[in-house]
Amino acid sequence: MTDVKPTSTAPPTADGRGSDATAYLRQWAMPHVLCPGCAHGIVLRSCLEAVGQLGLDPDKVAMVAGIGCSSRLVAYADFCTLHGTHGRAPAFATGLKLARPELHVIVVTGDGDGLAIGGNHLIHAARRNIDITVMMLNNSIYGMTGGQVAPTTREGAIASTAPAGNSERPFDACRLLVGAGASYVARVLAATPIEMTKTLADAMAHSGFAFVEIISDCPEYYGRYNRLGGGAEMLTRMTREGDGVAVALAEKRFVDHVPPSAAPAGLATGVLHREQAPVYGGVRRREVG
Amino acid sequence: MSPAELVTGNEACARAALAAGCRFYGGYPITPSSEIAEFMVSALPDVDGVFIQMEDEIASLAAVIGASLAGMKAMTATSGPGFSLMQEHIGFAAMAEVPCVVVNVMRGGPSTGLPTSPSQGDVMQARWGSHGDRPAIVLAPASVREVFDETVRAFNLAERFRTPVIVLYDEVIGHTAEGVVLPDQVPIEHRARPECNPEDFVAKAAPPDGVPPLPAFGDGYRFHVTGLSHDERGLPSDDGRNAEALAQRLQAKVDARTDELTHIETLGLDDAELAVFGYGIVGRSARAAVETARAEGRKVGLIRPITLWPFPHKEIAAVAEKVDRLIVAEMNLGQLIGEVERAAAGRTEIVGHLRCHGEPITPDDLTAVIGAHDRAPSLEVVGSWAGGVR
Repeated sequence: MTDVKPTSTAPPTADGRGSDATAYLRQWAMPHVLCPGCAHGIVLRSCLEAVGQLGLDPDKVAMVAGIGCSSRLVAYADFCTLHGTHGRAPAFATGLKLARPELHVIVVTGDGDGLAIGGNHLIHAARRNIDITVMMLNNSIYGMTGGQVAPTTREGAIASTAPAGNSERPFDACRLLVGAGASYVARVLAATPIEMTKTLADAMAHSGFAFVEIISDCPEYYGRYNRLGGGAEMLTRMTREGDGVAVALAEKRFVDHVPPSAAPAGLATGVLHREQAPVYGGVRRREVG
Repeated sequence: MSPAELVTGNEACARAALAAGCRFYGGYPITPSSEIAEFMVSALPDVDGVFIQMEDEIASLAAVIGASLAGMKAMTATSGPGFSLMQEHIGFAAMAEVPCVVVNVMRGGPSTGLPTSPSQGDVMQARWGSHGDRPAIVLAPASVREVFDETVRAFNLAERFRTPVIVLYDEVIGHTAEGVVLPDQVPIEHRARPECNPEDFVAKAAPPDGVPPLPAFGDGYRFHVTGLSHDERGLPSDDGRNAEALAQRLQAKVDARTDELTHIETLGLDDAELAVFGYGIVGRSARAAVETARAEGRKVGLIRPITLWPFPHKEIAAVAEKVDRLIVAEMNLGQLIGEVERAAAGRTEIVGHLRCHGEPITPDDLTAVIGAHDRAPSLEVVGSWAGGVR
């Protein structure tokens, strides 16, 4: 199958509402693997729109992913894309960024990939303040392997490995990342794509380690097991009352946070933390002058 | 030529890496390899390279792979416990075809084992440690100078074959300082880069030698890299026949060039009736013991593979054809001896001298073994090797 060539990329529009994401889409890599109702595709669109709004040269954008549903997204983005190993994307991205600092490096990870098997790599990349953007798609469950309990599954929720309801406490990824030293931390909902695009563009423009937790959905497993309805219902519910990890996080608030209009009451979304901190680029020759 | 100087194996390894063009080091501290990292952190900035100490060995090799995809020659170094953790990404680098060099300064195992003692317990892990079928290039130097030469060769082979290359030596070689003359210039190879326009680039379309060209991220060629089985375009594919063809290509690109990869030192095989097989530091002891035996008029020969994998089956078979008995000495309870049995295929009697007592097998040890087996069969064999083809 070498007859289909990548499309050339016309400069995307930058009208503020939404650039032409298809300019950065590897249409020759379709069809995609996502289930009906999964919001991950909306997230990819927002990501590509954010790249377009910033006017980044696609030849200088690299997307790096681990393993899982979210990580499969990078194959559909027309950049240099690295689909690595489970949880290790921040480590691959660190080597890539240090070796070629002019690249804009975007990591795509999930809640299991980023917080369970890859938790160590995530917090150390944050601690070092590597100049990359990490998008963590949180759907509260392991989707690709069939709906097992995740470190983000809220207490009481049903998963294939928590048939009587989860009795572990979930992570608050944003608090974890602030604690680890990330210089930019935000949370957005996949149900509010315009807000999501703006936040992702803001995160990509940030100098230093930027972490964006994106509350996504998994109608196929999390929704079905917990009788939350299909994709549309889950997204609607997300904006009204929170969903999955959102419910678990509802009582936790960041003091300096202003919730955007669409966020459910009490759920900490938006930019939760921002600071200017020295970017780490490895041990290398010091710039002169 | 530089003047002679006193250099340890680990320093020679680091200096060879720099000479070969290595510009990225990602690693995690572990005895007895840490001096390599300590040398690299001081030296890399002066050559516009980058050093990072990662959070573990898994991350170390991930960072190395990321840097290599960005176009830098990259390496890491470790020892047994870290090498176990690196298996995940050795497999990834083999599948995704990312050039990189992994140095394993072996210490006693299993587990945390004997951190400051030599061993050769990782020779099969170096070949088979990661899941699935993959090619393996493993080089086993026996001296400080050879560490330098084989590390240079490791970088060149990694670039030529687009695959991870493992340099395997032990704590004694790593920490021993020897008087050596190291070359100022070394042969340097670079990975093939695509010559086509970016829009015509097909990421995993392989030329006849089986090694697709590899552009760097950021060079204008936009492509996908994955550890999933993938098609010519580099995109994931679950087609079984495609997966088999990919696995066969990865294996064949190395196997087909085994002759070019095989480096062996031999001594006295023309008239030998008894031969000693040893590699790394044991190979060096074997050489001394064989020289002693030959000085006494005994018809004893040496076969010392420097390339452990791909394994020199043809050369072992030829030796087995000639000698009555082949002594295999290694610092483990019997790992490569099984491969020697397989290559010899019953053509000669295989005798093991197998130790994992945390000390190198010495020339005197092997002189005694040669003495025992040069006279009469079936004398005491140290170690637990029961013989037979596995």
